[in-house]
Amino acid sequence: MKNARVGLLLALSLMITAPAFAAPDQDQIEKGHKVYDKWCFPCHGTGLGKPGTDSLAARGQKPAVLEERTDLTVPAIKTFVRHGVLFMPMFRKTEVSDADLDAIAAYLTRNNKP
Amino acid sequence: MRVPPGVSPGDFSDAIKQFQQAIGKEWVFTSDEDVDLYRDSYSPFWHEQEEPIPSAAVAPDGVEQVQAVVKIANHYKIPLWTISTGKNLGYGGSAPLLGGSVVLDLKRMNRVLEVNDKNHYALVEPGVSYFDLYRYIQDKNLKVWIDPPDPGWGSPVGNALERGGGYTPMRDHFDCHCGMEVVLANGDVVRTGMGALPNAKTWQQYKYGFGPYVDGIFSQSNFGVVTKMGFWLFPQPEAYLSGNVMVSRHDDLYALVEVFANLLNSGTVQATTTVVSPLAFGRDPELATLRASGSTKDLEDYVARKNVAYWSVSLPFYGSAKVVAAQWEYAREKFSVIPGVKFQDGASYRFPLDADQLAKITNPVPFGVPSLQTFSIGGSHSQGHMWFSPIIPMTGEAVLEAQQVFDQVFKDLSGAPGVSASFPVWSFFARAFVIIYFFPIEHDVEKNRRNREIFKRLVKTSAERGWGEYRTHTAFMGNISDAYSFNDHALRRLHETMKDALDPNGILAAGKCGIWPKAMRKAKA
Repeated sequence: MKNARVGLLLALSLMITAPAFAAPDQDQIEKGHKVYDKWCFPCHGTGLGKPGTDSLAARGQKPAVLEERTDLTVPAIKTFVRHGVLFMPMFRKTEVSDADLDAIAAYLTRNNKP
Repeated sequence: MRVPPGVSPGDFSDAIKQFQQAIGKEWVFTSDEDVDLYRDSYSPFWHEQEEPIPSAAVAPDGVEQVQAVVKIANHYKIPLWTISTGKNLGYGGSAPLLGGSVVLDLKRMNRVLEVNDKNHYALVEPGVSYFDLYRYIQDKNLKVWIDPPDPGWGSPVGNALERGGGYTPMRDHFDCHCGMEVVLANGDVVRTGMGALPNAKTWQQYKYGFGPYVDGIFSQSNFGVVTKMGFWLFPQPEAYLSGNVMVSRHDDLYALVEVFANLLNSGTVQATTTVVSPLAFGRDPELATLRASGSTKDLEDYVARKNVAYWSVSLPFYGSAKVVAAQWEYAREKFSVIPGVKFQDGASYRFPLDADQLAKITNPVPFGVPSLQTFSIGGSHSQGHMWFSPIIPMTGEAVLEAQQVFDQVFKDLSGAPGVSASFPVWSFFARAFVIIYFFPIEHDVEKNRRNREIFKRLVKTSAERGWGEYRTHTAFMGNISDAYSFNDHALRRLHETMKDALDPNGILAAGKCGIWPKAMRKAKA
């Protein structure tokens, strides 16, 4: 069972390191920023008391703040939100809709290099 | 498609169609992909057959839609499990207790209906989170505080109904509610307290209304679906002051807690704090050795040499600057009966805090600001947690007895020394302490099974000592209900009598807090 979890983490890290070529539009990015601020920032933001950021930093992920990453992929972001990882729970569609999730993904991949 | 227990696939299919007609197709979730999002992310049954997984989820957007859902469920005898924001992590999350239940997800009912900063109250729907209510108040620059619990994405309605606690003088969340709207299992809508008066002007200002006060039966229960709830809010205080009280001998705990209880019960201290031994946390290798094999005298000598505390309590004061200073002065005077007691001024703030001040505070929850900081508790690799949370008397004797008894349980069942001393005792509620024990959840079947056994033994051992849990994970609701057994389970029989009267088909939250519908009662006994 533990191996299944390790497998998921490995798969996700592969997804993270794969290049992403999506070029979302500005409206979608702005919407994603708002959804991110509501749902993601309290755990993954900058500053003190952000356990998601602290956990990523402790596990050597750089940068630990998700908004500063340029290597996240849309599938990885969606997998994390819908399946959770470590102490991050999964999020229901009444919390983060599929459209919201598309927008979050657009925001977090906005600085990716083609 | 999964099917609820006792319901035929044909009936369930018909019910799903009716749910879709009542609330809209997109808000009825039936695919495994969507329904799995309602699993408990911190389930102690992860990777085990016993994990209770729902059959479907429905998400109405208003009291009329909730009425429609319960009427359909009643017709087909479909078990529902109600959640508000579904973030009750550590106590069951968004998952039902009975596998196959349909989750009644109230997250879409997320309207802040009123916030009044002249008489300090709010009226909200169940899907409103503490973050939502905080943002609403900030956006409108209202001069009131909310009292968040540790995780800010929880629901004021859900948390109060689970009888959760926070940190400010409004810390007892159920006690601070004022008025409810409840949909009963038959679809009837009831407003409690002054809400029973049409066009009431004081629904959120006076709790009791007229006649029997019934709000309590809708907390930790399965007698109705709460669709609105009022709360008293704290007027934004002028100042905060904390002061640390430190004593140097093991037996000073008795007097420390006695004085603390007097200050709490007399209203000098009005907020949540902890009594703790700093010796349980220090990383000094010498201290670690003494913790493992030293005597009480050795530890007292260490305290004297290092000029640290054996026990300490940090007192929080909220109010006008003059009053909080006087409260701290009075508290010092009272604690001065303990020989050698030391005092240390703690944090001091004037409100409102500006952004720079807030940015320097790791945990802003005691200042009415919701946060998720608490999720760092298990460390960077944590996979979740659950809580064992017994209520014990507010005495030094009880604290020491609980530590000794619980450590013995850990030692007996795991072979490892217990770590009770590192769990602070909390004053979330008046007149009694609550100990919040952290249990890690892991994606490891054997570890979870062992922890469940330890948990059950702790429940049993607590009951033998006269201590009971204030709240629990769905996995242990039956065990804890079993422990509250005075007069051959008279309280449970009363709960069942009410259940049968209010919900004869047993559609609401089967098994919640040990209350099962009549049709399932024998099988679950």
